[in-house]
Amino acid sequence: MIELLGICRTFQMGDQTIHALNQINLKIIAGEYVSIMGPSGSGKSTLLNVIGLLDRPNSGRYLLDGSDVTDLSESEQAQVRRDKIGFVFQSFHLIPRLTAAENIELPLILAGIAPSERKQRVEAALLAFNLVERAHHRPAELSGGQRQRVAIARATILQPTALLADEPTGNLDHRIGSEVITLLENLHHSGTTLIIVTHDRELGLRAHRRIAMRDGSIVTDER
Amino acid sequence: MKLADILQFSLNTLKSYPTRSFLIVLAMALGVAAVIVLTALGDGARRYVIQQFSSIGTNLIIVLPGRAETAGSFPGAAMGQTPRELTLEDARWLGYIPQIRRYAPLNVGAAELAGASRLREVTVLGSTVDLLPIRHMELAQGGFLNQGSENNAQIVLGAKLAKEFFPDGSAVGQRVRLADRRFIVSGVLTSQGETMGFNSDEIVIIPIYQAQALFNTTSLFRILIEVRNRSDIPTTKQAIQEMLIQRHDGEDDVTVITQDAVLSTFDRILNALTLGVAGIAAISLAVAGILVMNVMLVSVSQRTAEIGLFKAIGAQSHDIRYLFLAEATWLSMVGAIIGFILGQFGSLLIRIAYPLLPAWPPVWACIAGIIVAIGTGIIAGILPAIRASRLDPVKALGSK
Repeated sequence: MIELLGICRTFQMGDQTIHALNQINLKIIAGEYVSIMGPSGSGKSTLLNVIGLLDRPNSGRYLLDGSDVTDLSESEQAQVRRDKIGFVFQSFHLIPRLTAAENIELPLILAGIAPSERKQRVEAALLAFNLVERAHHRPAELSGGQRQRVAIARATILQPTALLADEPTGNLDHRIGSEVITLLENLHHSGTTLIIVTHDRELGLRAHRRIAMRDGSIVTDER
Repeated sequence: MKLADILQFSLNTLKSYPTRSFLIVLAMALGVAAVIVLTALGDGARRYVIQQFSSIGTNLIIVLPGRAETAGSFPGAAMGQTPRELTLEDARWLGYIPQIRRYAPLNVGAAELAGASRLREVTVLGSTVDLLPIRHMELAQGGFLNQGSENNAQIVLGAKLAKEFFPDGSAVGQRVRLADRRFIVSGVLTSQGETMGFNSDEIVIIPIYQAQALFNTTSLFRILIEVRNRSDIPTTKQAIQEMLIQRHDGEDDVTVITQDAVLSTFDRILNALTLGVAGIAAISLAVAGILVMNVMLVSVSQRTAEIGLFKAIGAQSHDIRYLFLAEATWLSMVGAIIGFILGQFGSLLIRIAYPLLPAWPPVWACIAGIIVAIGTGIIAGILPAIRASRLDPVKALGSK
């Protein structure tokens, strides 16, 4: 469960202070399917980064699964990120010199899991995401949809409680994009909390809970 | 992240940038190889000189007339004379010192050698039969100063002279003239080549009495002394000095040098030279270290997005630090090992090209070269590693 209390995040642009997040209060229950929409600069990506512990709020408190993670040290936050959160990015962020299988394996290496178990879990993931034939291809040799599937496999390999997707279809055409969305929704059906940031209205409306943002504040929150 | 995974992952990363990795490894390797080859040269030169010195003789003490110091005002000093001569009698007395195995008084001069209708100027050594074993010289033919013939007019020719004057090899028994005196060739020296700038193939040796008569002197040029044991050298030196002071009416007017003293001076000088050369070579290692740092810094900025991703999927700062440090360590370690092999190979080539020069790299130089290389590589990796680990993940992910 994700609980944000009075979260503020400001940036300094020259002598101007920008309120990317302004007194955000938000509660997301485990297993929810949430979309965050809004024009660019509305603070939706910053919100996602704060939820993903990539960014620290200037004030406010953040409770994740009941424990306060606001003031955790950098390396404690990294561990929480590793164990509970999976990220999917618009530009995939695959490491170009590693094969699909090696990209998927990365979080397992970081978690210090033994090679034999890593191999097993990567194979299971390749199977689940229909990537077996592409296992030893590098990202440059994969199509956009395949790349995003690799990225999702990597994000979910450690079975996080929340999956955060920042414009996951932004670099994909419509057909491939909806395939990726179906994939994410399937993960949601199996119990993962899914939070999607998008400015694609059609995509946003598919979520069970739709949050609209403007100028760092939540304007509407419908379910 | 486990150590084995860090090492494996960073090695794979380096393999995916083959040109860059190869060039850094090459720079490191050349630095280490330079240290090894140059110290091998320096140490080889040191060994060569020591070898040359030892070939003159072993456990040698040399007595020469006069003090090598300025003292008082003695009238002859201005004319290059020594206060008191070093005589054959002095040498004979030294022979009674128990630690002395053998001694050879020595007179040196130049005279014209004539025989078989040939003529040339030669260096003449006047000495006794013990000169040969002391100076490690050997006779190829004939004999020299056999028992009871100490005053006979006999002469030993250097190998080259014997060949020049008597090309048919019939030198022994021939009559030659040295200055205005007649000699019979009693022997020929084996060829030794040049040692310490002194060519024993172009000298002649005659009995000391003959030499003193020839050069009209009673003063010796040197007394060469061979001590029984190396450990006796200091006490023998002392005994020689005491005896000569006594014989010279209490005047300390001779100089006694030991071969060891000369040797250790050369040893010191050439060791300093080797160290200096090693220091110069070590600069190339420092340059290689800076190269490692530069390339790692470039690598950090090129891989900013990757570092951001690592953080997003849960890498802790120290994981990223170790990954970059491991890359620097790999580069310098592989470079050091290849450099060691290159250095050994280079030294081998030198030894093959110049067999006289024992260019073996000293063990300390190999160890120091490798350790310094790996050390500078790791130190050079620290700054880029810290910079990478401190990147802000949000900004890092946004770059690209």
